[in-house]
Formats: sequence, C-alpha cells, structure tokens
Amino acid sequence: MRTLFHLTAREVKSFFYSPIAYVMLVIFLALNGVAFYYAVQTLTKIPADESVVFVTFFSPFFVWPFILIMPLLTMRVFADEFRMGTIESLTTAPVKDWQVVMAKFFGALVFYIVLFIPTYCYFFFYKWFTGIPAAFAAGPYWGSALLLLLAGMFFISMGCLASALNREQINAAAMSLVMTVLFIFLAALPDFFVGKNEEETKWLTHFIGYISFFEHLPTFCRGIIDTRPIVFYLSLTALFLFITHHVFQARKWKS
Amino acid sequence: MISVKNLSKKYGSFTAVNDISFEVEKGEIVGFLGPNGAGKSTTMKMLTGYLPPTSGAASIAGFDVFEKSIEARRHLGYLPENTPLYLDMRVNEYLRYRAHLKGVARGKVSEAVGEAIELCSLRDVEKKMIGALSKGYRQRVGLADALVHDPDLLILDEPTIGLDPNQIRSVRELIKNLAQRRTVLISTHILPEVEIMCSRVIVIHKGKIRASDTAENLLKNHRAAGQLRIEAKAGPEAREEFGRMAGVKDVQVEQDGEFTTFTLRLDANADVSEEAFRLAADRKWNVRELVRKRATLEDVFVELTHSDI
Ligand SMILES: Nc1ncnc2c1ncn2[C@@H]1O[C@H](COP(=O)(O)OP(=O)(O)OP(=O)(O)O)[C@@H](O)[C@H]1O
Ligand SMILES: [Mg+2]
Repeated sequence: MRTLFHLTAREVKSFFYSPIAYVMLVIFLALNGVAFYYAVQTLTKIPADESVVFVTFFSPFFVWPFILIMPLLTMRVFADEFRMGTIESLTTAPVKDWQVVMAKFFGALVFYIVLFIPTYCYFFFYKWFTGIPAAFAAGPYWGSALLLLLAGMFFISMGCLASALNREQINAAAMSLVMTVLFIFLAALPDFFVGKNEEETKWLTHFIGYISFFEHLPTFCRGIIDTRPIVFYLSLTALFLFITHHVFQARKWKS
Repeated sequence: MISVKNLSKKYGSFTAVNDISFEVEKGEIVGFLGPNGAGKSTTMKMLTGYLPPTSGAASIAGFDVFEKSIEARRHLGYLPENTPLYLDMRVNEYLRYRAHLKGVARGKVSEAVGEAIELCSLRDVEKKMIGALSKGYRQRVGLADALVHDPDLLILDEPTIGLDPNQIRSVRELIKNLAQRRTVLISTHILPEVEIMCSRVIVIHKGKIRASDTAENLLKNHRAAGQLRIEAKAGPEAREEFGRMAGVKDVQVEQDGEFTTFTLRLDANADVSEEAFRLAADRKWNVRELVRKRATLEDVFVELTHSDI
C-alpha cells in the first residue's frame, strides 16, 4: 500500500514537472471555458429544458479536447520509463508489476481529475454570480462528474495499455487515440443502418446504447444515475488494467 | 550470497552469456572483468531479475531471482549501467522516493537519505534537479540510490565510470568500507582498481568464465608471469647462456650502444634474477640495469581475453 502510494505520488509529480502538462491544463481549461460560455449564451437566448452542464458537455469545444487529451495523458507513462532506462531501476526495486501498473493508472487519473476541477468551478461560480440556481441542479452536477470519472478511468486504462504496448510515445498516443475515437463514436454506428431495417438493427441500437459514451452522457447529465454504465466502465477498466499488467510482465519475455 | 548455476542468455540467436556458474560468498568483493560485449551487464541484469535467463538459475541470499524475485530484490542494491535516473526530480527527493520504494522504515528515511548523501558527497547538490547535474554527479546519485536502503548485496555496473580521480578514490574507499558488512559484485574496466579493492576476480569473455580467482593467484598462474630485463656489456653468446637457465622461455636482444638489452620472458613462478646476476658476474659482463618486471592484471586480462578460444 505504501509502495503504491509512493509510486503514484511520483507519477502525479512527474505530470506537474512537465511544462506540457501546464499547456494541456490551460488549453483544456480555456476550451471548456468557451464551451461553457456558449452554453450560457444558448440558454439565455433559447430557454431549453437542459441544464448548463448538459449543454456544456455537448459542445464540440468540450468533446474534441476531451478525446484528444486522453492519449496525451497516458502516452508517456510506460514509454518514458523505457526510453530513459529507468524501467531498470524501477523494476529491480522490490516493487511488484501490478503496483507499477496501478500507479501509472492512478497517476494519470489524478491529473485527469485536476483537469476537470476548473470546469466544475465554472458551474459553481455561475450559480454564485448569476444567482440562477435553475441552470443546474445537484443531480446533473454530480451525475456528470461521476460519469466523467468513470469514463476517464476507462479511457485511461485503455491508454495505459497502448503505452505498455508501444515503446514509442507517438505510437502509444496514436493507438490510444484510435481506440478512444472508435469507442466514442460507436454511438454513430446505428445511423448508418437507419432506414434499412429498423427491426433488424434494433438489437444493435440497443447494444450500442448500452456501451456508448454519448448515450451515457445525457443520462448522467440529467442527473439520472444508471447502474449499468457504472458496471460497464468499472469492469472494462479492470479488464484493460489486467491486460496491461500482463503486457507489462511480458516485456521480460521479449528481448 | 550469490549463486549462479548454468546461466545462459540468448538475444535472438546470439548467445551473450553462455552457461556460466559461480558463487559469491558473504563478505566478498568480487570484480567482474571482461572486454566490451563480454556479457557482464547481461549477467548482472539477470542477477537483479531485470532480464529473465534463457536457461539456468541464479539466487541471491537464497532466493531465486526469478521465482522469489521480490524477496531477492529486497537484499539488493543495484547500480545499472548508464545510471538511469528521473531527470525531473531533485536529488534528495529522488533518494527519498527510492528509500520508500525499497522499504526503509518511515521514520528512518531522512536518516538513510542523509547518510547516502554524505557517503557519496552529494551535500552540495542535494536540492538540484538531477537533469542539471554533470555525469559524475549523476553517477554518485545512482550510487547513493544503490546504498540508501543499506542492502546486504551491492551489484554495481561500472560504478566509477565518469568520476574524477578524487571521487574514484573516495568511491573505492567507500566500497571497501561497505564491504566489511556486505557483499559486492562490481564490474569495471579499471584494472588497478580491481587489484586494490577486490578479494576475487571473475574474468568473462564471450559469455564464458575464463578465470575466477584472487588477483594474486591469477598473476601467479599467468602464463607469462614475468619478465627480467638485463642491460649489460655482453656479446651474442650471452643470449644463449641466459636462455639456458631454468624457467626462461625466450630471450629477446636489443642493441643499445655498447650495451645490450636482454629481455627474458619467464615461466609462472620462476624468478631467475639472482641466478642471472651471478651468471653475469661470473662472465664479467658489466651490468648497468637488472629489472624484474612482474605481470600486471592487465597482462593477465589480455592473455585471457585476446584470443578467440
Ligand atoms: N538488448 C540486447 N539485444 C541484443 N543484443 C544485446 C542486447 N544487450 C546486449 N546485447 C549483446 O550482448 C553482448 C553482451 O553485452 P553486455 O552488455 O552484457 O556486455 P558488457 O560485458 O557489459 O560490455 P561493456 O563492457 O561494453 O559494458 C554484446 O555483444 C551485446 O551486443
Ligand atoms: Mg556493460
């Protein structure tokens, strides 16, 4: 436990020691700000049923940075250790492989959470300054936070796997970007079948509804906590971390 | 402390370490020698559990390095070749981190790190970024890292590379002092260092162990154990007479003005200097110089590793 803590602390620090992390943080924060600004604008012009949380997270100014940031978060976690050779000092200390994998995962997750703190402050300050509580309620606020946390865990575990599979950062980034995009846009899949045969594609729509991020997001942004996506994300995260652990162990059998 | 049995490592079809076996007892300082590419680092990487052996087994403090890797690693302080370090951390921060990882008790971490910093003369740079340090200082940080948890066994891959002469000397002293309670396996290309520090030498060449003995014994059993150089006023007949003495392998002659230099190559353990002196006196060859040159570890090293055997 103590080992895991110190490993994770080192991971988190390594994020904050790199200037790129601050660039990421600022850009992400700025774009989320834009998304939020438009959300507020939209809602003042056209009163809608949706909360400001919902509208913000459906803005392209949120979605694209969100997708792009995932590979950046995880690409270096293993690749850097191999590049610098520190993998040798790390894995010859009395540290278990699963502890290394979990530390990489938690390290990226902590930075991911930090990325979202300003955005969640926006919502809060909005309420503070405008005194319009109707803009969002506690449900969407915490619901969306929970979903973003779960989805973040899932995407980060996927990124960790990509990083463990690739010695080059850039390849790791490319691989995790492809996986993330594929997964996120699964939701668009049923649209290709629309009009063909509704009955036949019903199961597909149903299935995709179960696994698609863009199906989950509105649900949680409306403050509805659905347990199926929770189970889905948690189990997939566990699965990906499990595979990552095996890939990481398999390094010993390569050379 | 270390036990290696029939250890082999293949990289693809290339055999880097070929079926080696050796033991290192508690308290020994063993020098691991060999030319570039001999397989020293590869062997060390297998001992530390970083690389899996292709075949054979090794254990540290009785724990198999592969089956009981974590337990084996607890006894180990390792300085890898090229000293990999996190360049974005500060020296004391890095050492604290490593001390925690290596299981130094929570309350003892500051003390252990302070001691390692003191031992490796890092006080001046303890607050600096590792990335901003010179190579020699990085090397010392690596050494401090290897020592910080006070391990029973130190495996050091070229620990003095890149250090200045003062530091080389103090690292030597350090290793000698450490060895009172610990076991050290150290690879290096600096042979005098080995003679000073090591209680035993293992020479490896092309993945095979060529010799494993004390430096003293290696020198004694070295094929061309020594030379005797005699500068005297003597005619060509002296060459044959010197050559007839027991233990002389051959004699080389070089003219130098009215003096002639005879270089006698001697067998192991042969010392013919007194006999040669008496011979010269009998024959009235005026001797200007008579020097017994003993084989150095370098001669032994060259002898053991130059060939393609
Ligand atoms: N990862 C690797 N893949 C393929 N071959 C390798 C690898 N690492 C080492 N080798 C080869 O194995 C042999 C032994 O290498 P090793 O690093 O053990 O030598 P060494 O004795 O430490 O040499 P040096 O004195 O130069 O450090 C070399 O011929 C080297 O080219
Ligand atoms: Mg080497």
